[in-house]
Amino acid sequence: MRALETILTEKGYVEPAALDAIIQAYETKIGPHNGARVVAKAWSDPVFKQSLLEDATKAVRTLGHVSRVGDHLVAVENTPQRHNMVVCTLCSCYPWEMLGLPPVWYKAAPYRSRAVKDPRGVLADFGLTLPKETEIRVWDSTAETRFLVLPMRPEGTEGWSEEQLAGLVTRDSMIGTGLPGKPGAPS
Amino acid sequence: MNGVHDMGGMDGFGKVEAEPNEPMFHEPWEGRVLAMVRAMGAAGAFNIDTSRYYREALPPDIYLACSYYQKWLLGLQDLLVDKGFIAASEVASGRASEPAKSLKHGKFTVDDVERIMVRGKFARPAAAPARFKIGDRVRAKNIHPATHTRLPRYTRGHVGVVERNLGCNVYPDSAATGGGENPQWLYTVVFDGVELWGPDADPTTKVSIDAFEPYLEKA
Repeated sequence: MRALETILTEKGYVEPAALDAIIQAYETKIGPHNGARVVAKAWSDPVFKQSLLEDATKAVRTLGHVSRVGDHLVAVENTPQRHNMVVCTLCSCYPWEMLGLPPVWYKAAPYRSRAVKDPRGVLADFGLTLPKETEIRVWDSTAETRFLVLPMRPEGTEGWSEEQLAGLVTRDSMIGTGLPGKPGAPS
Repeated sequence: MNGVHDMGGMDGFGKVEAEPNEPMFHEPWEGRVLAMVRAMGAAGAFNIDTSRYYREALPPDIYLACSYYQKWLLGLQDLLVDKGFIAASEVASGRASEPAKSLKHGKFTVDDVERIMVRGKFARPAAAPARFKIGDRVRAKNIHPATHTRLPRYTRGHVGVVERNLGCNVYPDSAATGGGENPQWLYTVVFDGVELWGPDADPTTKVSIDAFEPYLEKA
């Protein structure tokens, strides 16, 4: 790997400082905190929620802190009737700007192979059991569309600020392999 | 290609094991590889579809045995050698010894970092009206392209319903193989679990893919 970087640098294709800057940008600018702010806003503001579900790219661009989201973002809403879950069976497509770089399990064979065939089994691996009658909708990210799950707002959070709500939103709840935290429970 | 990367529905890989408090990179070199792929792509050495194709084209035993960023490194090396940006002899020696090839967008510098932190745009003007409308029943074609495609094997031959029209987009099957962007309409198509996996499947499951128009026929 060092060897390849040396070759690319010696040939004048890249500056090592530019590679440092890319890594730093990934480490500091993206991450699930972005998605959590979007979810918390949707929980608090019905108008924003509606625009998020209609056109997530456009809706998210109205929020200054995550204004650099790319095109093709789609938000999908969990309801008592339907639970959404996102996978990329072919590679590792994932909403980077919203959630950061994907965890290893998301990119690995067990999740990619089973999410579309046995989603309840996969959820059980995460310790999550949903009612038998709940529809499980799996979104396989086969093109450049990126999916963000909008989880259901936890009960007992009436009157909470967006910032407090964002603290309950976990990365996995926005992939669909988890649920948001509960008030008072350790996150 | 019917590669081992096309994993949807395969058995035998075991449980999903999440790592608590997982770091963004497990080793510093992983970040370097990610950065090199992003930088060389942004400099114009290749597009995103071609880079995916080179990772898929790794031999199956290598693909399965390698970590994620190892695959990225091997795919990047193969791609840069094939496109003439580096020589196999340079990979072997670890030093540059051949003349550089010019990059479409020039050397990647610190000033370019900002622009790559926003995703690229893949929507393109349409050359023809969309063939399918929301609610149409469509069959994923029983096709087996030998090169890059984004139609997963587990859907081929099965009937689903068009749920969204995602506009006209760069067609990966063309873009990955030097065939240009060849934009095509893109749809979210949703399949019942039982249609995909048979009568024993969980009837509450639905699975959607985003399918380009050439992947679909009227059902």
